[in-house]
Formats: sequence, C-alpha cells, structure tokens
Amino acid sequence: MTPNLNLWLIPVLPLIGAALNGFFGKRLTREAVAIVALAFSGATFGLALFVAARFSLLDLPHVEIVAQWIRAGNFRADFAFYLDQLSLVMLLVVTGVGLLIHIYSVGYMWEEGGFYRYFSYLNLFMFFMLTLVLANNYLLMFIGWEGVGLASYLLIGFFFLRDSAASAGKKAFIVNRVGDFGFLIALFLLIKHFGSLDFEQVFQHVSSLNPETVGAGLLTAIGLLLMVGAAGKSAQLPLYVWLPDAMEGPTPVSALIHAATMVTAGVYMIARSHVIFERAPIALTVVAIIGTLTALFAATIGIAQTDIKKVLAYSTISQLGYMFMACGVAAFSAAIFHLMTHAFFKGLLFLAAGSVIHAIGGEQDMRKMGGLKDKIPWTFWTMTAGTVAIAGIPPLAGFFSKDEILWRAYQASWAYWLIGLFTAFLTSFYMFRLWFMTFTGSYRGATEDQHSASRAGPSIVAQGRSAPRGHGGIHESPSVMLVPLVILAVLSIIGGWIGIPGSMGGGNHFDKFLAPVFRTSTPSLNAQHVAAGEIAPPEKQTEGPEPQTSRATELIFTGISVFAALLGFVFAAILYYLRPELPQEIAHALGGFYKTVANKYYVDELYAILFVNPVVDGSRRILWQGVDEGVIDATVNDSADGARHVSDTVRQMQSGNIRSYAGWVALGAAVVIAYMVWMGTR
Amino acid sequence: MNGPGLNSIILALVTFIPLAGALLLLFVPQRERDIRVFSLVISLLAFVLSLHLPVHLQRAQGGFQYEVNIPWIPTPNIHYHMGVDGISSWLVVLTTFLTPLCVLISWKSIRERVKEFFILLLILETALIGVFVSLDLFLFYFFWEATLIPMALLIGMYGHGRRVYAAVKFFLYTMIASMFMLAAILWLYAKTGSFDFVTIQNAVRGGGVEGFATAAPWLFLGFFVAFAVKVPLFPLHTWLPDAHVEAPTAGSVLLAGVLLKMGTYGMLRFNLGLFPEQSRANAGWISVLALIGIIYGALVALVQPNMKKLIAYSSISHLGFVVLGIFSFTQTGLDGATFVMLAHGVSTGALFMLAGILYERRHTYEISEFGGLATPMPRYAALFLFIVLSSIGLPLLNGFVGEFLVLSGTFRTSALYGVLGATGVIWSACYLLWMYQRVFFGKVTHEINEVLPDLDLRERITLWPTAAAALVMGVAPLLWLNAIDPAVQSTLAPLTQMASKVVGR
Repeated sequence: MTPNLNLWLIPVLPLIGAALNGFFGKRLTREAVAIVALAFSGATFGLALFVAARFSLLDLPHVEIVAQWIRAGNFRADFAFYLDQLSLVMLLVVTGVGLLIHIYSVGYMWEEGGFYRYFSYLNLFMFFMLTLVLANNYLLMFIGWEGVGLASYLLIGFFFLRDSAASAGKKAFIVNRVGDFGFLIALFLLIKHFGSLDFEQVFQHVSSLNPETVGAGLLTAIGLLLMVGAAGKSAQLPLYVWLPDAMEGPTPVSALIHAATMVTAGVYMIARSHVIFERAPIALTVVAIIGTLTALFAATIGIAQTDIKKVLAYSTISQLGYMFMACGVAAFSAAIFHLMTHAFFKGLLFLAAGSVIHAIGGEQDMRKMGGLKDKIPWTFWTMTAGTVAIAGIPPLAGFFSKDEILWRAYQASWAYWLIGLFTAFLTSFYMFRLWFMTFTGSYRGATEDQHSASRAGPSIVAQGRSAPRGHGGIHESPSVMLVPLVILAVLSIIGGWIGIPGSMGGGNHFDKFLAPVFRTSTPSLNAQHVAAGEIAPPEKQTEGPEPQTSRATELIFTGISVFAALLGFVFAAILYYLRPELPQEIAHALGGFYKTVANKYYVDELYAILFVNPVVDGSRRILWQGVDEGVIDATVNDSADGARHVSDTVRQMQSGNIRSYAGWVALGAAVVIAYMVWMGTR
Repeated sequence: MNGPGLNSIILALVTFIPLAGALLLLFVPQRERDIRVFSLVISLLAFVLSLHLPVHLQRAQGGFQYEVNIPWIPTPNIHYHMGVDGISSWLVVLTTFLTPLCVLISWKSIRERVKEFFILLLILETALIGVFVSLDLFLFYFFWEATLIPMALLIGMYGHGRRVYAAVKFFLYTMIASMFMLAAILWLYAKTGSFDFVTIQNAVRGGGVEGFATAAPWLFLGFFVAFAVKVPLFPLHTWLPDAHVEAPTAGSVLLAGVLLKMGTYGMLRFNLGLFPEQSRANAGWISVLALIGIIYGALVALVQPNMKKLIAYSSISHLGFVVLGIFSFTQTGLDGATFVMLAHGVSTGALFMLAGILYERRHTYEISEFGGLATPMPRYAALFLFIVLSSIGLPLLNGFVGEFLVLSGTFRTSALYGVLGATGVIWSACYLLWMYQRVFFGKVTHEINEVLPDLDLRERITLWPTAAAALVMGVAPLLWLNAIDPAVQSTLAPLTQMASKVVGR
C-alpha cells in the first residue's frame, strides 16, 4: 500500500494564491500581496520536497485519482496525477526555480503598477504548469498545456498600455494554438485507436502494437502531430516566432516562463511519450532534425541581436533545439538533464539581465551598456557563472548536459554532432559577446544625470520599463533580487555534477535515476522476439556502464566541445574587448547578409505575407464583402424585394399596443388551427 | 424527492409561469420599477422550478420523463403532450437561466414601452420552453412559430438603427423556412393520423407508414430547412448578423443563447429521431456545410468592425460545431454537440450582455470607437476576458469540453472533417483575442472613454452567474453529461442499429 501524498495539493495551492490576489489583491498592500504569493508558491515547493523525501517509499509510477472529469460514451478522462522519476525532476525544477523567481519578482516589480495582478498571474502559471507536469493523462496535460499558454499571454501583455506588449501576447497565444491544433489531432488519433488518453493505458496499447504492420503509420502520425504541439510550446522551427516577441513581458516572467519552465513543456511531453516515439523512427528523426536546425538557426540570429533580452531569447530557442536533438536520438534522459541545467543557468541569465536592466533604469540595448562590472558586482559575478555555464566550459552545469547530448547525437549521426558543435561555438560566442558588451569597456549609456532625468515621468499603471525607479543612478539590485541570483549561480556551477558521465569517472546518477522511466520503453515486442529467439536483446545506451573502447573516443569528443567553447570566448574577446571597432567593420563588409541576420531572416515579414495578410484580406474582401454581402445577402434581398410591401404591412402591425400584438399572435394561431381542422376533416 | 404530484405538473408550471406573468403584467400599474421587479421575480421562479427537471431526472430510466399526455383537440388529433429527456431538460434550464439575466440587463437600457418589453420577453420565454418540452408535433410547431412574433417585435420595436429591416428579414427568413416543416408535419399527420412524436416515431420505425420510403427524403429536407435557417447553417445565415446588430441586448442574448438551439435541437430530435436513414444519407453535405460554417463564420468574424456582428458570426462558427457533432452519429459527438449548445448559450449570451453594457455607455458597437478600456474599466475588462477565454475553448472552462467531444466524435467518423473542424480552435483565438486587444489594450484612444464608469452592482450581478456557469461547466461537466449521455444513447440507438444492419448485410 503506497501512501496517499495528496498530489492534487501541489497545483491547487498556487491556484488559491492566484485567486486570493486576483480577487482581493487590489485592496491589499504590496507586502500582503507578496506574502500571499510567496506563501503559496513556497508551500508548493515544500510539498514537492516532501514528495521527494517520500519518493523511495512509492510503487512507481504512483497514480492518484481524484475525480472523474469527463465521461462521454466509452471515453473518460480523470483529474488524476502521475508521479515517476521524470515528473519528480520536473516538479522540483518548476517549484524550485518558480519560488526563486517569485522572490526575485518582489524586488523587480515593487515599483510597478498592477503588482497584485502580476503575482496573481504568476501563481496561476504555477497551477497550470504543475498540472501539466503531474497529469496522468493527455487531456489533463492539455489543460496545463493551454493554461500555461494563457498565463504566458497574460504576462507577456502585462504592460498592456504598450501596443507591442499586447500584440506580443496575442501572437504568443495564437502561434501556440497552431501547435495545440496538432496536439489535439494527436489526441483524437489516440482516442480513436486506443480509446483512452490515460498514459499507462495508451503506452500499454502502443507496446502491444506490431510496428511492422498496422502500428507504424499510426504511431508516426501521432508522433509528428505531438511534435507540432511541442514545436509551438517550445518555440521550435517553424513556430518559434512568438518567443522573441514574448520578451515584452517583465523580465522575471521571461526567466520563469520563457526560459526555465513553460517552453520546456514540449521536451517534457515528448520524453513522456517516448514509448510512442521509440516505435516511430520517422517521427523521431523529424524531431532530431527540427531540433538541430532550430539550435543552429536561432544561434545565428542571436549573434546579431543588440537587445540583451532578445539575445537570451534566441539563445533559449537554440538550447531548446539541443533538447529536441537529444529526444530525436532517443537520448531522453540527456534531454531532461539539459532541461534541468538550462533551467538553472538560463533562469539565472534572465534574472541577471533583469538586474542589469533594473540597474540602468530600463535600458535593454547592449550598445548603451558597458563597464557595469564594478558598479553591479553581484550581478556581474552571478551572470558570469551563468555565461560560463551555458558556454559549456567545465566543470559548470551546461558543460555536462550539452556534452552528453553531443556525444549521444554523434552516435546517431555525425551531422547532428557537427551542427551541434558549431552551435556550441556560436553559443559561447554570442554569450561572451553579451558579457563583454555589458560589463567591460566604458559605459555607453546616458550619463547618470540625464539618465535619472529622462526616466522621470508620471507613474502610470502598467507602463513598464519607463516607470521611475526612485533610486536614480546606476545601482546594485536589492538583496531580495540578489539572493535568487546567488542560489541559481551556485546551481549553475554545481548542478551538472549529478550527471558526470562514466568516461570522466563520474557515476551519471541523473541518468541512472531516470533510467527506469525510459527503460520501461524497451519494446515489449523485443521481449517477445527474444523469447522467440529471433533477435538479441538490445543494448540500451542509457543503462549500464559505457563500453571501455568508447571511453577514449568520448573524451576526445569532450575535448573538441571544450575547444569550441573556448574558441567562442576568444572570438568574442577579440571582437568586443580587444578590438571593439571590428564588429562594425565586419558588419559593413558583410552588408546584406548581416542585415538579413540582424533582421532575423525576415521570417516575421515572410509569415505576414504568406499567412496573416492573405487571411485577413481574403476574409474581408472575398468572404465578407464578396460572398456574404455581395452574393448571399444580395440574392436574399433581391428575392425579398417583392416582399418590400410586406415589410410595410408588418410595420403597420407594430402599433405599440400590446393588445394588438396579442391579437396578432392569436390570429396567427387561429389561422393555423383552422387549417388543421380543415385538413383533419378531409 | 418530490412526490409524483410535482412531477406531473412541473413542465406545465415551468412553461406557463412566464406567460401567466406576462398576463398579470397587463394589470400591473405603469410603474416601471414594479414591472421590472415583477418580471425578475417571475423569471427567477421559473428558473428555480426548472431546476427540478435535471435534478430529479431518472437517468437510468431513459426516454421522456415528467410526461403529460392529454387529448386536447379530438379533430385534428392534437394532444397536449409534453416531456423531456436529459437533453431537453437542460435546454429548458438554459432558457430559464438566461431570462432573469435578460431582465436585469434591460433594467436601465429599456426606457420606453417598458411594460410591453417585459411582456414580450416573458411570452418569448414560454414559447422557447414550449419548443423544448413539446412531444406533439402540432404543439411543437405552435411554440416554434410563437417564438417568432415576440422576437421579431423585440427587434423591431426596441432595436437600433435599421431595426425594422432586420426584424422583417428575420421574420420572413424563418417563417418561409418553417413552411416546409409544416408541410412535412402535415404529411406525417395525414399518413399516421397523429401528431404525436412517439407515435409517429414508432409508426415510421415499424415500417407501417404508406409511401414513407418515397416521401422520406422530402420530409427530412422539410424539417431540415426549417432547422438549418434557425441554426443558422451556411448559406442560410445572413439574417443573423443583421438581427443581432439591431436587436436590443436581451433580444440578442435569447436569440443567440436559446433561439438558435431550437434549430440544432430540432435536428437532433426530429431529423435523427424520425429519419435515421435519411440522416445518414445526407450527413455528408450537411457536415460540409457545418465545416464551412465553422471556418467561414470565424474568418468573417475576424474582419468585422462591429463588435456585435463579430459575436454574431462567431455564433455561426460555434453552431457549426453542434451540427458537425450531431451528424457524426457518435456518442461523443452528440454528447459534445449538446454540451456546446449549453456552453455557447452561456458564453455568447454573456458576450452579448458585455457588448450591451458598452453600448449603454457609448451607444456604439464599433470596435474602433474603443481602445484602452482596461484602464478605465478594469473589472469589466477582466470579466470580458474570462468570457472570451470560455468562448475560445480554454480547458477548465465550458467551451472546451463540448468542442473537444464534438471533434473527437467527428474524427472517429471522418478524420478529414475532424481535422478541418479543429482549425476552429485557431480561428476563434484569432478573432476574439484581436478584438479584445483592440478594445481593451493600449492607451485610451478616445478621450470620452477615459471616464467610462466600470461595472456597477447590477451589472456585476447580471454577469457573475454566467462566469460562474462557465467555470462550473468546465470543471464539472459530468453534472450535465450524466444526464445528456443516456438521452443521446437512446437517440442514437436506431442509427447504430441501422448501421449494424448495413454492416450485417
């Protein structure tokens, strides 16, 4: 008998916080709002720790059914929660990083209008994200999936007085809906063929399918459609366009939702569905290719961005590409490992960037920064940790997770590895570019006097950015913001040590911890074949020690990755520290190509021409004014022209005298009855 | 448990209390406040009583309940036959739920001919309920046509600008279409000697009706055209936007909330119930029209400059889901279709109320006249967003459950239809969120909007029930599905038997 952990409380606690602040926050002081928000997100983190502590006592996977949600015919979906190693990792990352970002937000948002609204949305996000992570069926997961999209919409558009913020929120929601469309179709296929959306039942059915006959096409379709959903949520090609715009939201939101947690939901969903993907090699290949191309594509755009948050946004897209690359080569635990370390260092980088922006009064253009190293030392040092971590320099967290992915990718195809390696070089380059431009050299922004003068202005609710900070001058952030930075910096440094591979003398505990989740995926079919003596049992890479022969090779590859990262640092140092005039010249020399990259390959413009404008213009000119008014209604009105005098008659009927209306009603009825009687007597 | 006494008169009470109230109103003095309060009390009474229907419904029993069948007119053989199942009982509750809210939303906006307005509203309520509870085709047709007159008058007398045009268009469109249904009903009566739905259904199923095989395609169409106009199904929909734009708010709420469902309810009850074979034979093109409605309605909604027209076209899109679900002939599809009827009634009713509240303040529905309203009207903006989210089918709100079931059921029958229908989830987000952005976000663009008052207490009392219903329907849809599911099962029984017969051959 496994204990009942009341898992439902984990998502519901932040929901209560959201409701309290949403309904009563306006009447509460800022302190009270902050206490409510922190209490509920803290409590849910506490519960997550409690669950982790009791984890060894559970029969896995641990399922808790709370209530029936939908039942129609044979179909049913429950409010039910599912806990295994994979959801536990996600649970701890989401609640832990979530709590830190809640704390940071108290300092960051203190001066902004709509403080209560912000924390209500942030708690609401936690509710949906935890529902997504703990769901035991695809439909409940879909609640969380759409719900985090809603929270994202609300928070991106938080400064709704800015049109760009409102548009960005809408864009995020609609692009996500395109992905959700694919997800929904996948669910319909699952229902049609397996009659259930319950994880265990679906995977059981899938395992019993014979992939050589009926199953292959079906599972490929399901896999591809799930990937459409994942590409929307996790900002992969070709649906990544919403994420850079999402930077319109407050920076802690970018850290929590658009870097650490929500955007990784697609990776989680694919890892959760690994049973399906492992039997759909074509779908898996598509996942790998999309991930690899996205990683490269976004990294190239990241090089040419001047807005500090935009660099981080493209970097996030690129890093998510790595995770999909890992999923695509069936290295699911490597993907989740990178998901976790990425949550640490990218969350950190965004929070640190927020601290920079906060320090200089809302400026996000790196060309107007510089020389901030000594003025905001805590921010500088923590951001340095994040930068080194993402660049993949040992022994920081990003090194181990990225190296694991590259190694596994190489085993699948050298092409993935090569592109991944080049992307690693680009990553290191654009991150150190950011680091040099922000912290070294001399300050290029407005002088401090101008700075505080230009920032003065009426405090308007939801104005964002230009709200006065009240301190004046460049200043380090308050400790409520610095403590989360320091904690995340520590995690970014040591977080990778739980996954040190055997080739470097580590135990790869992370991989071993997740192994049971992904081991159950070993196709039962194989077992049957083995039983029948047809094929040898497959050597699963995720299990057991690496073969001795490959250890040397693996270490060589590790050396190459580290070299690529260092090369990125050197290039950045030359261009943005030693010879800061060079980038201008290079950009000039590259001319049109540079412009294309700086303008993000004009993808937004292309989508506008291909999709948005035709839909809007076509709907207006052809469907509405053409078909609806021009054809259908004109026909109706023409044929009704003869009835124009009828309308005059009707007009006379409206005398305004109620008795006469009653009379008309009665008369109408009488005519009908008379007709009936006549019919009946015939 | 209430005694059998209440069970036998409950339908008559619910149906005719509003009418009785309307008659009593004739004698209430011309004090406007008294008239409003009286109408509110009557409509609330009908609501409370109507809750008896789903609460005491015997789910396991199936078939029609609370039945009353009294010979009324011997020649022709008309019976006063009423009864409800899990589907119609909830449609009755939808009607009685929305009517008190219509009274409240008209509290201040109706200033002239107040008494007549509320009399018409209450008569309309009786007629609408009558449509859902009638099991005698004559009675059904009587109520069906009876809804037309008060609604046309509400539009024509209390509407805006081109109200007479809109009222006449509405009247003629639906009146002409109903003639086909009348003809079909009379044919059935001539052959079976009965107007009774159950009797005719048994006769038709038994195969004892002479000439039925040849007439059935035409009879099916006769009913279908009348219902399709009401829904409205593309391309018979152009009366709807005009009627909505000109109608007073309460008229729009009942029009979109309940009146359109008469059409889909009719398809479910009569087209499927009396003509299962014809339903199957015609399902192809009907589903195509429904799909066109879903996509076309949404795309045209996208580019409407008028908020009310936008909501009207969105109704065409949503009702497309209902028709699609009905003609999927699957348990999930029909469950979903019924659920969408209820959910759409709540959400779109609320959207029209919200638009009306804005109209009371600015006397326009033009989206370009607004902008940045979230600043002066935060409560209003929040509620509006909540209802928008329910309408675009956010999970845990009412819109999702129905559309998901409809699409899942449709997908089972035809993957292509399911996929095309599912694009609706993208379109609805496009048109509603774009509208929402233009009305509420950004800075206030028209000076006059800076001082618009936020929701007052009466308006909040009017809107909160819809928001609460949207949430409860999304979180606990079983409260509805438990009643709907068995009713759908018995509706589908002849269709599935037929299918298995076909397969068996």
